[in-house]
Amino acid sequence: MKSLQELEQIKQKTLDSVSLRKDRAGGIRIVVGMGTCGIAAGARPVLMSFLEEVQKRNLRDVTITQTGCIGVCRLEPMVEVTRPGEEKVTYVKMTAEKAKRVISEHIVNGKIVNEYTIGAAE
Amino acid sequence: MEDISLHLLDLAQNSISAGASLVEIFIVEDTHKGQMIVTLRDNGHGMDESQVKRVTDPFFTTRNTRRVGLGIPLFQASAEATGGQMYIKSCKGRGTEIKAVFHTTHIDCLPLGRVDDTILSLILLNPEINFVYSHKKQDKHFLLDTRQIREVLGQVSIENPSVIEWIRKYLSDGLEEINGGV
Repeated sequence: MKSLQELEQIKQKTLDSVSLRKDRAGGIRIVVGMGTCGIAAGARPVLMSFLEEVQKRNLRDVTITQTGCIGVCRLEPMVEVTRPGEEKVTYVKMTAEKAKRVISEHIVNGKIVNEYTIGAAE
Repeated sequence: MEDISLHLLDLAQNSISAGASLVEIFIVEDTHKGQMIVTLRDNGHGMDESQVKRVTDPFFTTRNTRRVGLGIPLFQASAEATGGQMYIKSCKGRGTEIKAVFHTTHIDCLPLGRVDDTILSLILLNPEINFVYSHKKQDKHFLLDTRQIREVLGQVSIENPSVIEWIRKYLSDGLEEINGGV
């Protein structure tokens, strides 16, 4: 069982590391649609997969946030990825597996996964 | 919705839209009685009496973009499918409480699902909001309160990857414990 003492140690370690103070505002944003439609369509496992990959790869300049229903419920789960200085990319009908590929190709290597985008679906 | 934990994730979105700074989720499982009571309480801006009456109507929503709001009606339908019930109490300016009773032995009762993923998602996506998750099963009790976590963390952010990882483990260990170490 995890304890609060352990959390105290994490705090100390974090305070000692300088990377904490890095400004994250300029980083990559991943926005997951978490409306009723998104959640019912499977947004949570997609979100969990993004989180897992971001943690595993130690991607410090990535922020994961949420949005509500954007009105194209039939294409949920939807995810928007914005890299600084680039146009927003909307991915549709996402899955946990697809999320892993978006991380490795788009987030890490800057190459949009065209076949998952809204443009390819429409 | 596939399971109750997804309903909770969805209902919590209403609390967040209502400007809540604290969202509390209580689950009480009584396996002997075959009953589970799920409560979600927030301190958001609440609803007046006429809104509370209309909120179970799928064609009522506070949004302007569309004319349907399915979250609460779906939750109600899931509870009623088991012979249970859903109750809403709300007070304008004070907050809202939604409570549902599920008869877990009923064949149509949804599984509880990954409540740990729901709580982790909520914390991760809403680092400025506090969450309480209390889960009782028979004589066992698991509690997570982000106010307590923040107190330990001091100036370290709850969004910090190591902290998120700790919360993930804390949730999964805790749930394993109350579910009998399975």
